[in-house]
This record gives sequence, C-alpha cells and structure tokens, in this order.
Amino acid sequence: MKDIRILLAGNPNVGKTTLFNSLCGVHQHTGNYPGVTVEIKEGKRQINDHSLFVSDLPGTYSLSAFTPDEQVARDALLTSNPDAVVQIVDATNIERNLFLTTQLMEIGLPMVIALNMSDLADEQKITIDAECLEKNLKIPVVRIVARNGEGIEKLVDTIIRVTEKKTPVDYKKIEYPHSVTTHIAEIGNYLSSHVSLLGKLSPHYAAIRLMEGDEHLEKMLHDQGLVIPFIDKCDPAERDGIAEDILLARYRTSEEVTTCAVKCSMGAVMPADLIDQVLTHRLFGIPIFLSCMWFAFQITFSASNPFLVGIEYLFGIFTEMMNGVEMDPFIRSFLADGVIGGVGSVLVFVPSIFVMFILLSILEDTGYLARAAFVMDRFMHSVGLHGKSFIPFLIGFGCNVPAIMATRTLQSKADRIITIITIPFMSCAARLPVYVLFAGVFFGAAAGNVIFFLYVLGIAVAIISAMIFRRFVFRDEPSPFIMELPPYRKPSGLAAAVHMWYKGKEYLKRAGIVIFGGVLVVWALATFPVGVEYGSVDSLAGILGQVFQPLFAPLGFNWQLVVGLIFGFVAKEVVVGSLGTLYGGEEMLESSLAADPTLSPVIALAYMVFVLLYFPCVAAFGVIRQELGNWKWTCIAVGWGILVAYIVAFITLHVGSLFIGA
Amino acid sequence: MSIITVEQLPPGSSGIVSEIQGETAIRRRLMEMGILPGSKLTLVKWAPLGDPAECQIRGYKLSLRRAEAALITVDTKKGE
Repeated sequence: MKDIRILLAGNPNVGKTTLFNSLCGVHQHTGNYPGVTVEIKEGKRQINDHSLFVSDLPGTYSLSAFTPDEQVARDALLTSNPDAVVQIVDATNIERNLFLTTQLMEIGLPMVIALNMSDLADEQKITIDAECLEKNLKIPVVRIVARNGEGIEKLVDTIIRVTEKKTPVDYKKIEYPHSVTTHIAEIGNYLSSHVSLLGKLSPHYAAIRLMEGDEHLEKMLHDQGLVIPFIDKCDPAERDGIAEDILLARYRTSEEVTTCAVKCSMGAVMPADLIDQVLTHRLFGIPIFLSCMWFAFQITFSASNPFLVGIEYLFGIFTEMMNGVEMDPFIRSFLADGVIGGVGSVLVFVPSIFVMFILLSILEDTGYLARAAFVMDRFMHSVGLHGKSFIPFLIGFGCNVPAIMATRTLQSKADRIITIITIPFMSCAARLPVYVLFAGVFFGAAAGNVIFFLYVLGIAVAIISAMIFRRFVFRDEPSPFIMELPPYRKPSGLAAAVHMWYKGKEYLKRAGIVIFGGVLVVWALATFPVGVEYGSVDSLAGILGQVFQPLFAPLGFNWQLVVGLIFGFVAKEVVVGSLGTLYGGEEMLESSLAADPTLSPVIALAYMVFVLLYFPCVAAFGVIRQELGNWKWTCIAVGWGILVAYIVAFITLHVGSLFIGA
Repeated sequence: MSIITVEQLPPGSSGIVSEIQGETAIRRRLMEMGILPGSKLTLVKWAPLGDPAECQIRGYKLSLRRAEAALITVDTKKGE
C-alpha cells in the first residue's frame, strides 16, 4: 500500500477539470466550480496497491501568480511537496501551454505531461509528435483525451513510474543569457549555505525565482537578515530587464520545442470564427447576449418550479403526519416552525441553484461566458465593475443566493468583493410580496409605478455603491482585462451534471448550516417567553420591535413594522406573514394597515425602500460569508447594506413628504 | 506610419509586436500571455460597445481593454 500525492496543473480552459473527473470519478472531497476554483479540489483513485491522491489546482498561465487563483496554485506547487506534478497541455495551443512547462520543470519535482487531444485538435488536424516532445523536454508525455477518458490508464502508470524513480530529475535546461546564468549561479551558491530557510526550494531554483522577481521569497530572506548578492545591489529597472530576459528565454524554449514537435501548422483557420462573428457582432452581439440571459433566467426560475411544488407537497405531508400525533404544543411549534421551516428554507433554494449552476457550467464550457463578459465589459467597467459581473447581477433579480455563488467566475479579488456587496441591492423575487402589499394599500393605481421605481432604485444604489467601493476602497487594486477567449466547444451534458451535483452538495453543506441556524434563532425569538402567541407583541421579537422602534422613529416606522424587519432577516416573504400576525390576522391586514394612523404613503414608501436595501436574507448572508471567506468583509457587506438602507429610506421619507404630503 | 499601438490598429489587420509598455505587473502579464517583441498580433475586432478588443496571438484569442491595447506597439510593415 502506497500513497502518492499528485498536483494537477495547467492553463485555464485546457480540460483540466475534465481530466480530474476522469481520474477521480465521484471520489472528490470538495465541490467543483465552473470557472475559477477558489480552493483546491481533492480526489482519490485506487490502483492495485497504490492510492493516488489528486489535487486539482486552479488554472494558471504562469507561476508569477497574477491573480488570487494563481497564487493558490503557485503556493501549492512550491510548498506542499507533492510526489509528482501532472501538467495538462492542450494540443491546440501548445506554445503558450509549454511556457508554463518551462516554469514547472525548474521546480525539480517528478513530472508528467498529459497531452490533451481535444476534439478541436482533431478538427484542426493538428498532429503532434509526442515522442519528439518527450525527447526534447526529457519529461514523459502521455497522450490523453480527457473528454472520454482515453489514455488515463497509461497516464496513471506513468505517474507511478516517475514517482518510483530514484534518480533526481534531469529536464531540458532553459538557455538564459550568459549574464543571467552567472548571477543565478552566484545567488544559488550563496543560498546553498542557507538551505534551511528555503523550505522545499532548491538553492538554484530559489535563485531563479529571485531573479524573476518573487517578492514573497525576497522579503522572507530579508526578514531573516540575509543580504542577497546581486539582487540587493540591483536597481528596479535593471531587475525588470532581467526578469523579462528570463521570460523571453522561456518562450524561446517553448517555441523551439513546439516547432520541432508540431507537424501540422496550427491556428491557420479557426473553425468557430463564423459563430464568433455572429455572437459578438457589432449590432447583434448585445441583443443575442440579452436574449441568452433572459432565457437562462427564465429557465433557472421556471425549471425549478416543479421541484419547489414537490418540496412543498412533501412538507405538507410532514405537517399532516405531525398533526396526527399527540404532542406538546411547544415541541410541535419547534418541529413545525423551527425544524421543518428551517429545512424548508434551505431546500427551497436548491432547485434554482442546481439549475443555475448547470446553465452556468454549460455557458462556461461552450466558451460563451467569456464572450458575454467581452460584450458587456465596456458598460460594467464604466461603473467600476468587470464584464463578468453582469451575469451574477441578472441572476440576483431572481434570487441573490445563486447570484452570489455565480461570482466565482470573477478573477480579481476586488471585482469579486464589489460584486458580492452590490448584488443584494438587486430586488429578488421574495421582496415582491412586500411591495405588492404596501404599494397596493397606499398607492392604489400607482402601485405598478412604485414597484418599478423600487427595482430601478436597487440598480442605481448598486451602481453608486460599486463606484464608491472602486474609487475609495479598491482604488489601487489593478483590475486589468487580459482575458483569454477560449475556443467554442461542444458542452458535455455529463460534465455539467457532475459539476451541478457537487455545487448543490457544497451549498447544502456550507450555507445550509447558517440558514438553518438563522431560522431557528428567529423561531426562538417568536416563541419565547414560553406561552406567548407566536410572533406576537409579548414574544421576544415583539419586545425587540418595541425596543428598537426609537431607532427607526426618524424613518417613521412603528413597532410592528420593525418586527417585520426583524423577521425579514430570515426571508422577505416572512415580513408579510409576521405583519399579518401583529395586525390581527392576514385577512384583515390590508384594511388594518390602511386604517393605522401611524402609517402614511410616504412611510410605506420609505419602508419598502428599507426592505429593498437593508439585508437580503439569512440564506444570502450564509453564502456571502461562504464566498467572501472572512467575517471582516461579511460585516462590511452587511453593514453597508443597512447603512445605505437607512440613509436612502430617510431621504425617501423627507423628499417624498414634499411631494406626497404627510 | 508603420509603428503604431494596437489600439490604433485597424480591425482585421496585423502587426509585429515591437514594444510593451506599462507598469511592471501588467507588462509582465501581457508578455506571459505570449505578447512578446517579434510575435505577430492581429486585432480581430472591437466589442460591440467599442471596448475591449479581441486579438489573435500565437494561435489563440485574447481580449484586452483599450488601456492595455495602448501599451503595445506594433510594426504594421513587417506584419504584412
């Protein structure tokens, strides 16, 4: 029995995840995301007496780590000391793929190249002499077809073989200019007397990394009081020049190897050019994009409907079963409103999340997602966002939860945080019942206009927030748009289904806990002290409403409205229900609201504005926490929402009074 | 003028990259993506709203904003 740990590296869009799925099947630990992999996925394959543990690194173009994703990949390669590195190389774009190879091979780990002959390579009639490639690089090359699993057995055998080899690796040497070689030798020599500081890096490789400008390593050595020869005397311009010399030398090596190995001219005619001309056409590009999104949106929220009905039906049966059993009313309430309500809140999102992820993954696999970003970038960039932010925003009108998860396609941390913070301002479907109630009662015939105004207000607040965050918080964060437009490909239904399954599982595991907990907290607030009517004035929620009411007095809210807001933390649908309880029954709610002297159309408008902006719901909160990955940004996101809601509702109340009259 | 930036390149035409400017991180990234002195770069087209651009370099498609395209100088004479 032997454990072998391998890292799967490669450029984005080369079929890495497909290979990972072929290697590990369903034996995966964490979810698989379309687009950017924020964490490293791990899987396992059992072969005779060997256990192969595979880590799928985020796609990376280079080890200089330009994006947060690439940093994750680089750190794993440099510090985790795997038994072997497998690089997947796309046959259609071998030159740029081999540039990464020239970086990987210098790390000095046992290595195998998986040459992926995609259907596109066949279409373009590209023939690659794998033996020549292998002989040139002195790295074993295995032809595979990731899509159908061809060559996987041979790849596994080769991996085992290279890890069992006792001799140190001896790959092709990159020919750097003479001066660079001399300095590398000088620095390497010096570092060999400080090996303990270098972790897993060899002195020679550490020297190359320093010459390439690895600031992290340099700082670490300086912190230890080392004075690095040459580097410390060099001025920045000279060091830039050296780093570029190294880069050029790497590309020369990859060009040289490519010329020798690729037998057929490549990239002459792109077969998918015609499709591209239509999809990104000057006039049709945007209409096509918008219709695509409209369809995706419709499918996400209508295809999930039958499942929602099914879930509701199941819960009806549960409740019925409970009604047939004698039990303490307190326990009954705990089971019905707490446990079943909590599970329901989690499950209710699952169908649309599954559908959203399957569509997103199909859009990504076909290469259209990159074109969508390409088409929308001009507009999104002008408000401080990224072309890829558009899709999450659109999904947000249906439900913020899958929208926030869809931001995983964004590469820059700044773009991603800004998008996540602003998504909750998209008025999701659950907020509509609140608008319908209040606009209907207080605005009569103008209700439609009021609701439309709220949607537009949400978009305006999102745009202004994005501009503020970009301008004042992330001003110095560069967010250039250097994005590969991957070739159009046929999507694989199976791959999309596998992705969807892991995403859904991930959601249930992570966000589910937070959502379920949140529902239980609100249940407790509505139930305690023991004996009070559920959610009434005497319950903790009612008491809280009265305690916090003074805080909302400047906005004109009475204590019942404040209780509604407290319940709105769970889900916006609950606002209407809880107001129903407080106003003596949902049937009379409309007339009671109209008759309440403490309310007025302006206050109702301010309340709707507040409900639109203050806090999406506990489910969205759960995924915001999960996606931002830390409490600091989660608190900023939530705090910003509440602050903006308060300010905008206040302005609405006072400006509105001028027009509508008190 | 045969020495122009990619931003000035008429859509559909090509040039041989002669220089890449800009701050270190961005210049380095452009080079890592294969935009190196001597590489042939084709400006395929601009996006419907006028930005970003679709370029072809080393057999693949790369999208760059106007700001990045202005950093890359090409020689159109050699590109013909």
